[in-house]
Amino acid sequence: MRVPSDDDSTGLPWPRSWRGVYGVVLGVFLAWVVLLSLLTRLFP
Amino acid sequence: MNALDYSILFGSMIAIAAYAIWSTRGSRDLSGYLKGSGQTRWFTIGLSVMATQASAITFLSTPGQGYEDGLGFVQNYFGAPLALILISAVFVPLYRRLKVYTAYEYLGHRFDPKTRLLGAGLFLVQRGLGAGITIYAPAIVLSTVMGWRLDATIVCSGLLVVAYTVAGGCDAVSLTQKYQIGVIFAGMVAAFFVLLSRLPAGLTATDALAVAGGFHKLQAVDFSPSMDRRYTVWSGVLGGMFLALSYFGTDQSQVQRYLSGSSVRESRLGLMFNAVFKIPMQFFILLLGVLIFVFYQFERPPVYFNRAAWSAQVARATDGRLQALDAAFSESHAAERAQLEAWVKARHAGDLRGEAAAREAAAVAHRRVDLVRAQTRAALDAASPGTKANDSDYVFITFILDQLPHGLIGLLVTAFFAAALSSKAGELNALGSTTTVDIYRHVVRTGASDAHYVVASKVFTALWGFVAIGFALFANLAENLIQAVNILGSIFYGVVLGLFLVAFFLRRVGGTAAFWAAIAAQALVFALYATLSISYLWYNLIGCAACMALAVALQAVLPPSGRGSPAPAA
Repeated sequence: MRVPSDDDSTGLPWPRSWRGVYGVVLGVFLAWVVLLSLLTRLFP
Repeated sequence: MNALDYSILFGSMIAIAAYAIWSTRGSRDLSGYLKGSGQTRWFTIGLSVMATQASAITFLSTPGQGYEDGLGFVQNYFGAPLALILISAVFVPLYRRLKVYTAYEYLGHRFDPKTRLLGAGLFLVQRGLGAGITIYAPAIVLSTVMGWRLDATIVCSGLLVVAYTVAGGCDAVSLTQKYQIGVIFAGMVAAFFVLLSRLPAGLTATDALAVAGGFHKLQAVDFSPSMDRRYTVWSGVLGGMFLALSYFGTDQSQVQRYLSGSSVRESRLGLMFNAVFKIPMQFFILLLGVLIFVFYQFERPPVYFNRAAWSAQVARATDGRLQALDAAFSESHAAERAQLEAWVKARHAGDLRGEAAAREAAAVAHRRVDLVRAQTRAALDAASPGTKANDSDYVFITFILDQLPHGLIGLLVTAFFAAALSSKAGELNALGSTTTVDIYRHVVRTGASDAHYVVASKVFTALWGFVAIGFALFANLAENLIQAVNILGSIFYGVVLGLFLVAFFLRRVGGTAAFWAAIAAQALVFALYATLSISYLWYNLIGCAACMALAVALQAVLPPSGRGSPAPAA
């Protein structure tokens, strides 16, 4: 049996690849780190 | 709580139990009982994974963590998105290809029976103990709310969970969790808006954040390289990633959730749902605690939030010391409030010098408030040396009972209890599954019928429930509840994860080398935990790295392994 790979479609309108999904997740994570850093600096 | 609150609480509890029993009616084979029908969609998986982790402890204890220590705890979850991506890309396809019931079956495929038993054993020990802690959490609430004895509450709530879990299979757990997490979110959002409405008139959201920041409650990120600090970005990303890898990737209570998906796609999307929403959810719960802190700077809180313990000791003591501390607390809190009001007034007037002076004076006054609270804690500890005080765990429930309207109190206590039941059901189900599949069916009695193993699984689930009740009865918890669970997990999780990473990525390492490396690494973690004072998150990394390094070293001196190695991805 073939193991589904990262190249398989996500079935989503966007992103269509798993690499794209992981990229979006990483982007959201980095955005949160930036926002929390700003909060820390704004209210020291 | 009044009749309306009680009717919401008991009505919901009975409905949940009835739903679980209704869902599991009729006979099912072992696969149906342990893995469900295999038709679960990603949204249900995502909520189910979230509900299993976000138990009553999350709901009860995390706001208290925010109240005491601010937002810094959110860094603990920074590793979660990275870990979930790795699990989605590597773990999920392998588990599904091998059609395993438990994660530890994979270790048997890859290594040998003894390594499978070791992985299952480590899971059973740490999760069995952790299950005790998560039974303890709702018992605190009920004993506080209803004035019941804590031990009686532990036994009664534990038995209810056992009954629900034994009756409920995997599908029932997932479906129930989907609705329960909705109730939990509704309750939290309602509490958040009521809290905002209870802040003093004239205090804007920015003022509230400024007050919180003035007491260092908004220090959400700390880039310090110090390993002694409990929460930093680095311990969160590295240690937290290894903790999340272990928890989501190798803990059967989570693996069972996403293996119920109808395809790799559904399992992966369910995990990515958590990768996106885990950090904001924890931030929101911590922020709730921080805002409760701000609220109680303007409204006198109890000097000791655990009012049951306070009242009992006041009734026993005859020297009047606690009453004197209470009076001193009122006085110092009033002084702090006056300074805070002057601070806010100066802020609104744009008087920077006055603002700085009032802020400094408020900080001095707050130190006096903290001192009285510490003296009160010490007095209560001295009066009852057998019990460790974790007063922050009572902060949120005190706010709920004192400030929310009836009906909403019932809803929140119900949501909190529903969370306890749903996560406990998943945990006990996983403990029963692992005992049945990896030990009983694999070692004790092979080749019996499916019906026999279903009955065995229910029996083992009940037995683990009783073990958890016993642990909760005798546990003397020295830490905030949420930390206690994470510390316990961190001691075991690193080594278990090391076993899995060796299996996935070090294909030349055989079962014997992996087995003894895991034993040695676990001994090392125990020794380090007993002697060092570093952040517990680092033990995930240390245990994992030690297991992998020792496995490679041992394999270098052992004969080559003859077993095959399923690849992570084709």
